[in-house]
Amino acid sequence: MAKLHVETTINGESTEILVDPQQSLLETLRDGLMLTGAKEGCNDGNCGACTVIMDGRTVNSCLVLGAEAQDADITTIEGLATPRGLHPLQQAFLENAALQCGICTPGFLISSKSLLDSNPNPSEEEVRFWLAGNLCRCTGYDKIVRAVLDAAKEMKAGN
Amino acid sequence: MKPFEYVKPNTLAEAISALDAGGEDARALSGGTDLIVQMRAGRNVVGNVIDVKGVTETNVISHSKKDGLTIGSSVPCYRIYNDEGIKKTYAGLVDSVSIIGGTGIQGRASLGGNLCNAAPSGDGIQSLIILGAVANVEGPNGARQIATEDFCTAPGQNALNPGELLVSLSVPEPESNAGAHYLRFIPRNEMDIAVVGVGASVVLDAEKKSIVSARISLASVAPTPLFVEAAGDALKGTEIASDSVEKAAIFAQEAARPIDDMRGTADYRLHLVGVLTKRALKVAIERAENQ
Repeated sequence: MAKLHVETTINGESTEILVDPQQSLLETLRDGLMLTGAKEGCNDGNCGACTVIMDGRTVNSCLVLGAEAQDADITTIEGLATPRGLHPLQQAFLENAALQCGICTPGFLISSKSLLDSNPNPSEEEVRFWLAGNLCRCTGYDKIVRAVLDAAKEMKAGN
Repeated sequence: MKPFEYVKPNTLAEAISALDAGGEDARALSGGTDLIVQMRAGRNVVGNVIDVKGVTETNVISHSKKDGLTIGSSVPCYRIYNDEGIKKTYAGLVDSVSIIGGTGIQGRASLGGNLCNAAPSGDGIQSLIILGAVANVEGPNGARQIATEDFCTAPGQNALNPGELLVSLSVPEPESNAGAHYLRFIPRNEMDIAVVGVGASVVLDAEKKSIVSARISLASVAPTPLFVEAAGDALKGTEIASDSVEKAAIFAQEAARPIDDMRGTADYRLHLVGVLTKRALKVAIERAENQ
């Protein structure tokens, strides 16, 4: 099958890439663009390790075709920190020890970012429901939820 | 995943002609949250993927008192539950689209895809059935409408012929004094497949004392989503203060044909059908009373 030419925006930069039709967005990011932050966990939409933001909504990039990224605006974990430092969520994850093995962390950070983008002041319950599609087998979730709530406070204070 | 051809038509006519040309080998792609999983697992071998998200008609949400609600088949769940008009008028639909998968799935998964995937557990399908929704289908031989309760024909099988596309779903404007609710039982609070799901809708009389009509649909207790006409009929003309809700629950249990599987035994599912039917009706009646 012929490769498809895809023009897309990833972390603010216009990008062109050739993809096989059957290549997922996750494979396109990892194998084509060397953006290996998004992880492959279950590869069927259960675990959320591959979460990216696509046109303002979190998606499981394993369930999106690379070809579907045409004209999309995508944010991956690589787009979270700036040259000035970590994103407040990343800082809060560190300070709350909200990660152990780390494989779920990029997905959690991206999902958390999209939560705080749309709801800067979430309740604990809202955080837990929003993150229900991200699985972590190490932390027991409490530290992650606390980190997100801390980051929300921090960002509200404008720090 | 096995290699396939990918095309993204820009018009409905192009989409139909691509689906028609592909025949049995072609599938329409919307959110992909079922189709891509099935293709990867080899359960669905597809030679031509027709991405229909570029077709205007599949992306529409329109709502008016006269024409009711039309939802394009590719509209993802989040656009439905974030729509203030839909939230107010079609709470029974919002119930289900806001519990399909997690946030990441809801960002892609469409109500139309939920119907086409024809899983007995499809949460969205029950809401469509109880609200009397109709599937608007177009194909090489023209347009037709299929009642959503007749759309799923077997597990994973639907009433579409090769070359046909589900374009949109039409949900009639609820009558005054109407209410609907969908709920399901799962072992955790979210992100799971219904062990049993029950949708119920009611229309009350002007005094809000008795039930004019009712519809009940069951998830995960038969090879397809199960519209139980007899349970709705049992409620017709009865007073809401009577024991008719209990009777309707018994009709629902009689219609259910559950199996044992890893999510629950048939006996357990029958029990759940009774409990959930009563609960769904109670909330549907409350919503109708508060109209």
